[in-house]
Amino acid sequence: MNAKPRALRGPGRTSLRIEPRALAAGLLLTAVMLAMAVLLVGTGDFPIAPWDVVRTLLGNGTPADEFIVNELRLPRVLVAVLVGAALGMAGAVFQSVSRNPLGSPDVLGFGHGAAVGALAVIVLFKGDAGEVAAGALAGGLLTGTAIYLLAYKRGINGYRLVLVGIGASAMLIAGIQYLLTKSQLVDAARAMIWLTGSLSGRDWGQVWPLAVTCALVFPLVLGQGRALRMMEMGDDAAAAVGVQVERTRVLLMAAAILLTTAAAAAAGPISFVALAAPQLARRLTRSPGSNLVSGALMGAVLLLVSDWASQRAFGSDQLPVGVVTGLVGGVYLLWLLVTERKAGRI
Amino acid sequence: MPGAGPRVRTGARAVGLLAACAALVLIAMASLAMGAKAMPIEEVWHGLFHYTGTPSDVVVHDLRIPRTLLGLMVGTGLGLSGAVMQALTRNPLAEPGILGVNAGAAAAVVSAISFLGATSLNEFVWYAFAGAAVVSVVVYVLGGSRSATPVRLALAGTAASAALVGYINAVQIMDNTAMDKLRFWTVGSLASATMETVRQVAPFLLAGALLALALGRPLNAMAMGDDTARALGTHLTRTRIAAMIAITLLCGAATAACGPIVFIGLMVPHLVRAFTGPDMRWVLAYSAVLSPVLLLGADVIGRIVTRPAELQVGIVTALLGGPVFIYLVRRKRMAQL
Repeated sequence: MNAKPRALRGPGRTSLRIEPRALAAGLLLTAVMLAMAVLLVGTGDFPIAPWDVVRTLLGNGTPADEFIVNELRLPRVLVAVLVGAALGMAGAVFQSVSRNPLGSPDVLGFGHGAAVGALAVIVLFKGDAGEVAAGALAGGLLTGTAIYLLAYKRGINGYRLVLVGIGASAMLIAGIQYLLTKSQLVDAARAMIWLTGSLSGRDWGQVWPLAVTCALVFPLVLGQGRALRMMEMGDDAAAAVGVQVERTRVLLMAAAILLTTAAAAAAGPISFVALAAPQLARRLTRSPGSNLVSGALMGAVLLLVSDWASQRAFGSDQLPVGVVTGLVGGVYLLWLLVTERKAGRI
Repeated sequence: MPGAGPRVRTGARAVGLLAACAALVLIAMASLAMGAKAMPIEEVWHGLFHYTGTPSDVVVHDLRIPRTLLGLMVGTGLGLSGAVMQALTRNPLAEPGILGVNAGAAAAVVSAISFLGATSLNEFVWYAFAGAAVVSVVVYVLGGSRSATPVRLALAGTAASAALVGYINAVQIMDNTAMDKLRFWTVGSLASATMETVRQVAPFLLAGALLALALGRPLNAMAMGDDTARALGTHLTRTRIAAMIAITLLCGAATAACGPIVFIGLMVPHLVRAFTGPDMRWVLAYSAVLSPVLLLGADVIGRIVTRPAELQVGIVTALLGGPVFIYLVRRKRMAQL
């Protein structure tokens, strides 16, 4: 089924493995992502035709279109793209490191850690959006560190990591619920929307921090892609071909946690994208390994489609995008459990 | 394997069980005496046996007695269902919370409140049963039933919970009035207990408890492997179905009465097994007595630490249980069943 991978050899010992099918899938996903982004920019109370969106983005639009596109809708769409890509890549990393298709940040409890941080800011300090984001970031990073240390025992074992994550999330959920019951109804409603994950009202203030994080972390993760692929065969095999297993794992997990929490800080803990994107990408590319790039692209596409659906599919009611990813993700998850059980992977 | 565990004689086990019962009586007294207003034991006594309508009599009679009774019943229900689940799945991490059964019951109740206009507990119970039954079967089957590894089953349950919790959140966002009611119920609390609640769930919890206790011997046989159990004359399918019914009755009724409470069913059977050894008959008996000790203890702690407000018991049990769970996971070899 797969055409043979070809290696492009560069100067010296550099080389780039290109798998035709993966490349085609990547191009297809990129095209879908761009098309969805244009469609989404045109969607809203004042619909703008796709052609006018493109013209405006190129700088030749009417002043009214320019305001709507550049100030109101583009930031939201960019946040969706970046959050989706960050979650998709983080999910791919976690699933590779834990060697389990369910080892996603949703299940591992990092999202809950970010949520505790954000809720504490909302409920206890009534902070503004920026402070909530900072709280989420702090909560997620602390949780990530704690889970890593608790799961560490002469190295990290994927199963132990997942199970420690499950235990930690139970405690974090208790913390979330404590904050919810302690709050007044107004704060609780705001917290609830944050908890579900929402893209409404995002502006450039959310775009820039996320964009910088992604620009720094993506290359770092991709640089470890080969080592990650080796580690999927087992720690011993990877060590035998010269991978520094534990160091690579710490680095990759730190990067993935950073991506997850940066995404949560911008849009709340949007569920199931990190879980589903790498799996769907893998099915599309049919290539083994961690599918880092295609996972990120798939994440962006998933979130754009979900956001479009959340604005269009429920009549006049706009739902938070997290509700849509949650509903779709739930169904997807059941299907995953069935198929993966047959394959014996979980 | 009966006899393979710690060598504790039957006499010692019986004495231990009596001590556990004594602990239960003490914690029940504490639960009656402590709260937003602590009261001396004479006043509790007065309220219990010489009710004359003084303010403290009313507190004891209308608030603390139902709360304590409900805690006793729900604690027993959760502990027994955890013990049965662990034996049925041969999974040391099996627990109504971890396997998503609580979340299933909660999702069904939330749907009933928001879409079907259910308002009272005797409606909740039936939805909770349905939710608990569906999810326990789904997770058991998806988790790989007989060939399940502990991790696979825990993951299937966690994943199902994650999906259900997402659904519960979605419903709460779309329905603000339901949310105000639900955000307290979904935490797991004994605070709103009334005698009415106690009366409504008692028959279900009692039936589930009796069924669970009766399963001791067949579950012991199943621990030796399916073939041996069959050779000993145990009807495997019948035992599995009976165990599922017991789990559904116990978790469904407990969750309907006071919301999802996690980790009781995980912690108690583990602690108990360390003393009794793996004989399910003793594990079940001890779990039935000691789980309410833990639940009432957590409830009392929750009432004291943030006085005059209180910490819902579901939060306290999660904060206590999380570290125990992580400890079990970190142990060299997870306790074998």
